[in-house]
Amino acid sequence: MSLFDVIFYLFAAFTLASAALMVVSKNIVHSAVGLLFSFFGVAGIYVLLAADFLAVVQVLVYVGGILILLLFGVMLTQRITSVDMRTGTLQLVPAILAVAGIFVILFRVIRTTSWNIVPEAEAQFIPTAEKIGYLLMTDFLIPFEIVSVLLLAALIGAAFIARKGT
Amino acid sequence: MEIPISYYLLLSGILFTIGVVGVLTRRNAIVVFMSIELMLNAVNLTLVAFSKQFNSLDGQIFVFFVMVVAAAEVAVGLALIVAIFRLKQTVSIDKINIMKW
Amino acid sequence: MLFNFATALVFLIFGGLFVLLNLGISRILQARNPHPVKISTYECGELPEGESWIQFNIRFYVVALVFLIFEVEIIFLFPWALVFKDLGLFAFVEMMIFVFILLVGLAYVWAKGDLDWDKPQSVPAPELSQSYEQKEVTETVDS
Repeated sequence: MSLFDVIFYLFAAFTLASAALMVVSKNIVHSAVGLLFSFFGVAGIYVLLAADFLAVVQVLVYVGGILILLLFGVMLTQRITSVDMRTGTLQLVPAILAVAGIFVILFRVIRTTSWNIVPEAEAQFIPTAEKIGYLLMTDFLIPFEIVSVLLLAALIGAAFIARKGT
Repeated sequence: MEIPISYYLLLSGILFTIGVVGVLTRRNAIVVFMSIELMLNAVNLTLVAFSKQFNSLDGQIFVFFVMVVAAAEVAVGLALIVAIFRLKQTVSIDKINIMKW
Repeated sequence: MLFNFATALVFLIFGGLFVLLNLGISRILQARNPHPVKISTYECGELPEGESWIQFNIRFYVVALVFLIFEVEIIFLFPWALVFKDLGLFAFVEMMIFVFILLVGLAYVWAKGDLDWDKPQSVPAPELSQSYEQKEVTETVDS
């Protein structure tokens, strides 16, 4: 087992443990912290998958942006000390059944499919930001411009909805 | 580099399942939202794993756009939750049922 | 590339260990005999009013929203900046269109007054001193 493998297993365990903490925690701020560590763990896995730029974007957008916005949502919508977030037991059994079904299907598919349809390329750990820049300016130019319209719509729409007295 | 792609897919599958657990069992709209983000992350992980497998950057670009859409989705979704909270003083998805017939 | 990230990982691990170690040492060495006055928020005698988890002003949300949207825009600027020299005017025009479309959003938020900060009205002085006296009274009753 090489150091690379050890780091992979560590990051995987870290990610899954934080995700589990997020789901089971009764305090919503603890949930947010669990989500933060989970995002960090996924960023680490991205590095191991030779996606360095995406790892940085993951930290910037998810940890620095989306999570902050979620925390603002928490602060804006409740008194944390008196939150009632109990799980309805009525829905627990169907939920467990559905989740177990989904997991079994995913597990079966992953185990039974032969993924090595192409010979696995030798992993090249070279910076990807420049190539992504080229692709954005050539092949993915239209999606790139449409993203700006999407962000504009999101900004105007969210500001409109959140505004007081409309 | 001996870790086969199926390990990454399995990790992604477990992460997705945890997200589904959160969506199905939690009653707080914001926690449901966080779980959806977790599921998006799991799918992103799959895309990056395949991107490495095929030695192509298309998967990474796709993840890039997914992240942008996730940011826009969180912005609008949380605005909706905040607006609903102002109207009904709760974010429990059991009590937000005016659209139910 | 992997080596650079390994540096970051080592930094993270040592940072975490440093925090845990310091908290652990202070946990071992500290004297613990809690007293209601000692564990109150301000030991100088100022009584805290209400919970520390208060509901934020909705205006913070719009500011956070503008931050998130423009952060995502910045993310697009990084790879563009790396290839800008090679692609020349074309890339420049494309990015200007991108930035301009998002600036429309900023102009909208600005024009609608979401970025204006209305200050809370200052509490008149007599009322303030009165409430302070009331608090003094309740404190004496409690003790």
